[in-house]
Amino acid sequence: MGRGRQLIVTALAETKALRAGADPSDPSRPPGSASAGRPAGRRSPLAYLGLTPFAAYVLLFLAVPTVLAVGTGFFQRNGAFTWSNVSALLDPVILKTFGNSLLLSLVTAVVGAILGALICYAALGLKEGGVVRGLIDAASSVLAQFGGVMLAFAFIATIGLKGMLTVWMADSFGLDVFASGPWIYSLPGLYIVYAYFQTPLMVISFMPALAGLKPQWAEANLTLGGTGFTFWTRVGIPVLAPSFLASFLLLFANGFSSYATAAALASQGAQIVPLQIRAALTSETVLGRENLAGALALGMIIVMAVVMTAYSLVQRRASRWQA
Amino acid sequence: MKRARIAPGRWATIAILGILGLLFALPLAGSLEFTLRSPNGGYGLEHWISLFAPARPASYAPIWTGLTNSAILAVVTVAIVLFLLTPTMVLIQLRFPRLRRPFEFLCLLPISIPAIVLVVGLAPVYLVIGRAVGTGIWSLAFAYGITCLPFAYRAIQSNLDAIDTRTLAEAARSLGASWVSVLVRVIVPNIRVGLMLASLVSVAVVLGEFTIASLLNRQNLQTALLVVSKQDPYIAVIMSLLSLAFVFLVLFAIDRASRAIARRQSAL
Repeated sequence: MGRGRQLIVTALAETKALRAGADPSDPSRPPGSASAGRPAGRRSPLAYLGLTPFAAYVLLFLAVPTVLAVGTGFFQRNGAFTWSNVSALLDPVILKTFGNSLLLSLVTAVVGAILGALICYAALGLKEGGVVRGLIDAASSVLAQFGGVMLAFAFIATIGLKGMLTVWMADSFGLDVFASGPWIYSLPGLYIVYAYFQTPLMVISFMPALAGLKPQWAEANLTLGGTGFTFWTRVGIPVLAPSFLASFLLLFANGFSSYATAAALASQGAQIVPLQIRAALTSETVLGRENLAGALALGMIIVMAVVMTAYSLVQRRASRWQA
Repeated sequence: MKRARIAPGRWATIAILGILGLLFALPLAGSLEFTLRSPNGGYGLEHWISLFAPARPASYAPIWTGLTNSAILAVVTVAIVLFLLTPTMVLIQLRFPRLRRPFEFLCLLPISIPAIVLVVGLAPVYLVIGRAVGTGIWSLAFAYGITCLPFAYRAIQSNLDAIDTRTLAEAARSLGASWVSVLVRVIVPNIRVGLMLASLVSVAVVLGEFTIASLLNRQNLQTALLVVSKQDPYIAVIMSLLSLAFVFLVLFAIDRASRAIARRQSAL
């Protein structure tokens, strides 16, 4: 996509260069020539004024909350600076929840990435833009981004204590799924539900890359004496690897930041970081500290920053093959 | 010569999609089975009927409140997308091409900031807002506008990229149009598909939002579902299935419509 956009911009620049009053605001022109050709007052103060409502909005509802969320961890209720909350990030209890969150995100991202890529591959066999492709796209979007609380209900209704599968297994095989306690309502249950909504996210984010594989490459591979196997090992997988990795990182970030499903499924306890933030927000003191929510938010932001930076670096490389 | 192909064979496609499709349909089938359980054993439509003629109307009240609140939030959020984000994007496209990359970064930023983190900082902000303009539900839409930003931005930007905005605007200007009529009568009609997609995606995000509303103690559809599920799990599951089906149909309709438009455009 980035490449296509660049092409449009260059094409525009070329046609404009033919005209006498070439557009000075065109980014492809050297900065020196820009001011010379600009008619006076071309970019009036009024234009800058037009940016202010949105800038104010983003400042108030994105920048301020983020700074507050990350900053409050450094202050006590009376406003005095403290390291005590941030040092709580090294508390064994907190480290354990971060460990749980990271492992949950990692495992479900791996499972989701593999299953999702499999679905994308199979979808290549369907007619491009056909009804079944449309159904898969719509279902993936719904399950990946709209599920939340409702997915938790669906899983409770299916493999909860009185769920369809639970009852069926007990009746047919005399198998008690919850012999070791109702695990669906705690961390093990989260693994199943998270894998369930990670897979469709993989379908959404990986499909464009897979659809970008050109039939000409397969033809070239055949002409050069390759087989279906060599096409995948020499062309397909190397070309797709960056996209796959980028999608995987996106899934990891998605799992790490999810809250709704976990909150609905595990009404008590705080096995993962978002639930720990809930506990810190609703009950004032966790581990005998105020403002722990801020410190936990800081910890989450650091993890997310690392993952999303890696994502954008890998994505830049991946977009090389997607015109 | 053997035809070169990347796609799997017909049977492999059917096998993979069939098996995984069944697996992913299981929780939905489980939900449906759950709602069809009759109170006195066996199966029946009792729970679905009680949706329209509730035995205890009071216990369903949170759902209607939540649905109304979510509808208000959806309208205000779409208004933010259409009347705040869109003009800014057009302005940047036409007058500030250098700000494009930073602006894109800004709009995609909310993907990297989990809602659960944002809510920690939104709590004090909404304390101030509550004192200034009251605790009406609509003000929550300001936070939702931020969570919708990446999706709305992508939908609108891809449409802006597909048309030659600058030439259109210059043509209109040279014919004497004001900047307002350039925006309203030239650019907007050309990006109406992108605007429609952005609006529908925003509605879907707002209807599904739980984290921010729940932790700021506001009532929307999702928080209401959780409350009601404690008293009457059947009605909560029914409402979940209905909203999932609703959003699914909307997205599928969008997919069909945009394909039809693309076909028509390529035929021209």
